[in-house]
Amino acid sequence: MNGLIFLIPVALGMGGLGLSAFFWAMRSGQFDDMDGAAQRILIEEDDEGVS
Amino acid sequence: MNAPIARQPIDAARCVDSRFTVPGIRCAGCIGKIERGISAIPGVATARVNFSAKRVAVSHDPELTDADIVEALRELGFEAQPMAENPLARDDAETRLLLRALAVAGFAMMNIMLLSVAVWSGADGITRDLFHWLSAAIALPAVAYAGRPFFSSAWMALRYRRTNMDVPISIGVLLATGMSAFEVLTGGQHAYFDGAVMLLFFLLVGRVLDAVMRDRARSGIASLLGRMGRGAQVAYPDGDVRWVAAEDIEPGMEMQVAAGESLAADGLIVTGKSRFDRSMLTGESAPVASGPGDMAHAGTTNLLSPVTVRVTAAAEDTAIADIARLMDEAGQSRSRYVRIADRAARLYAPAVHSLAALSFAGWMIAGAGVHQSLLIAIAVLIITCPCALGLAVPAAQVVAAGALMKHGLLIKDGSALERLAEADHALFDKTGTLTLGRPRPVSLAALSPQDCGIALTLSQSSRHPLSKGLAAALQDSGTIAHPVSDIDERPGEGMRGIYEGEAVSLLRPDLAEEGLSVAYTRGMATTVIRFADSWRADGEATIAALASLGIPGAIVSGDASDAVMTAAVHFGIPAQGGMSPADKLAELERRRATGEKVLMIGDGLNDGPALAAAHVSIAPGGASDVSQQAADAVFVGDALMPVALAVRVARRTMRTVRQNFAMAVGYNLLAVPIAMAGYVTPMIAAIAMSMSSLIVVANSLLLFRAAGDRR
Repeated sequence: MNGLIFLIPVALGMGGLGLSAFFWAMRSGQFDDMDGAAQRILIEEDDEGVS
Repeated sequence: MNAPIARQPIDAARCVDSRFTVPGIRCAGCIGKIERGISAIPGVATARVNFSAKRVAVSHDPELTDADIVEALRELGFEAQPMAENPLARDDAETRLLLRALAVAGFAMMNIMLLSVAVWSGADGITRDLFHWLSAAIALPAVAYAGRPFFSSAWMALRYRRTNMDVPISIGVLLATGMSAFEVLTGGQHAYFDGAVMLLFFLLVGRVLDAVMRDRARSGIASLLGRMGRGAQVAYPDGDVRWVAAEDIEPGMEMQVAAGESLAADGLIVTGKSRFDRSMLTGESAPVASGPGDMAHAGTTNLLSPVTVRVTAAAEDTAIADIARLMDEAGQSRSRYVRIADRAARLYAPAVHSLAALSFAGWMIAGAGVHQSLLIAIAVLIITCPCALGLAVPAAQVVAAGALMKHGLLIKDGSALERLAEADHALFDKTGTLTLGRPRPVSLAALSPQDCGIALTLSQSSRHPLSKGLAAALQDSGTIAHPVSDIDERPGEGMRGIYEGEAVSLLRPDLAEEGLSVAYTRGMATTVIRFADSWRADGEATIAALASLGIPGAIVSGDASDAVMTAAVHFGIPAQGGMSPADKLAELERRRATGEKVLMIGDGLNDGPALAAAHVSIAPGGASDVSQQAADAVFVGDALMPVALAVRVARRTMRTVRQNFAMAVGYNLLAVPIAMAGYVTPMIAAIAMSMSSLIVVANSLLLFRAAGDRR
């Protein structure tokens, strides 16, 4: 039973971590342009010749 | 017709139009409420709700301010904003709010479930109390946060003594949470926190799916828009040339319109001669030759050479604006449509509530006491949660919309799929819908393969519409480009170059010649390549496919020429030509009066009112902006077949939705007697709820395979 004193806060903390990570991702615009993000990977690094 | 009632004569000419976004519009009932409520205000001429955009357009006396109307909408139970503030950002914010609520509900659900499993497996005494307290600590803030979308909507409705679907949801969640909190305080045996949070989670999944589908289609369509004449290069008297947006163009300005551009305003041609494609405006397929002194209308496309146009009418006064006004009025019929989930909710909610009340009364009479009877009534409410209504429909529709998107068809919302499944007649526009809507060469056989290669190289280096059509056709026929040097383009004339020491050119022929053509010259030999608007290759197959689904087709065209009869013969379906936008609208009204549910497929500005008035409508990706906005769905590419595919998928989707409903009702028939008998514990409620939701989602996912199947 004493294990619960550690395990429950750990479980809640990890869940809370995931939740705050999701909120951070939403606020910083990670989901704003899902398709754009997929396309961006194909863009050439140097700016010359990119149309 | 639920046309707005005019309470007193209002001078129509003095009225001003205001638009408001009302994100709380969720059902047909809301539309009726708003339109009746706002129209009844003194000083309002008409009020019209645009459901898909969640917008209200009000035509009113200038003395009535926007703030008055916003206040009136609030009294009706809806939060509203004047449209000037960026409407897209507002919609986006709603999806974000729902996503955050979903994340919180998911987090809370998982943690409470973890604790609940321990309680179910037999934890008792102080451990159970501790776990219940922990559950309460997680659940109370989570319900307060994640339930906001439902509570605020229900509160708005209740405050003004109205009701909507969120009211029963909120009652269920709040009762379950409150009762469980009481149980925890008194050290009771059962807490329904898991059930309440899970209910919120599943309902939020449905709402998020719905919002995501709308956003995705909207962004897809937004990317197709904006290619039309949204502005013009204006030459100022001081020699300066600047880009001016369509709404800032004023009469008297001189627009320089290059070949391939659309006009942004009506005007008189000052210099230059060209041919104009008026098909967007009138449906005529043959381009019209115009020169100095002739009138050129906004929405037409300049096909041949650059012209200068002096603006005579801009923005609100153009021929396009008249069509837009007609369209605004046509759009209201569709808002009367009641979505299937709302139809089901009307039967479902009263049934569930009376069952819960009945079990409470029954157990009270049986002498179980208030506490016990209330617990059982709440168990009934939780076990009959409208998960099926909240999840069954959006899950199936999102899967179907995703599958259709892969085939190049963007569906704007779920109600479009529902209406598409009901369509029993199809009306096609001709130009741009049954045809490709852009000129393609018809006499390529006269050219040798080598000449084709040279013509391809020449045409590829030009942005002229005829060059683009020629290049596309040559590429389709597998022509390989031959290298041409010293290519030189002169606006209004054509392309010149040198091929192996010989002069080659693609030039504009004499304007006196009928139809569209270019003269291809190599050395001394000249060949005239003729252009025409060709049929979509799978037009006949699509019409046959629709007919096999029990949807006979017909053509309604604004084109007054013989081309309409040619189309009728070509496709073997009846056709009417020379129809104005108002005529098309009248034809749709006539068909609606006889009970037909018409699927309208059209692209031009002249089809806009018909697209808005039809039971359901589809526009090609090359259509005018207004038509794409008026239509329920947009298909991209040269194939017409997505239209038939959409009908087939829509019908399958509705079959799946009905299956989902049947499963949900069947599950309730089993579960409700158990709940009313008082045998439902929080564990049984949680298992039953998640099982029914999983089955519904799994059944919807099966659609993806069915929808992907082209046959």
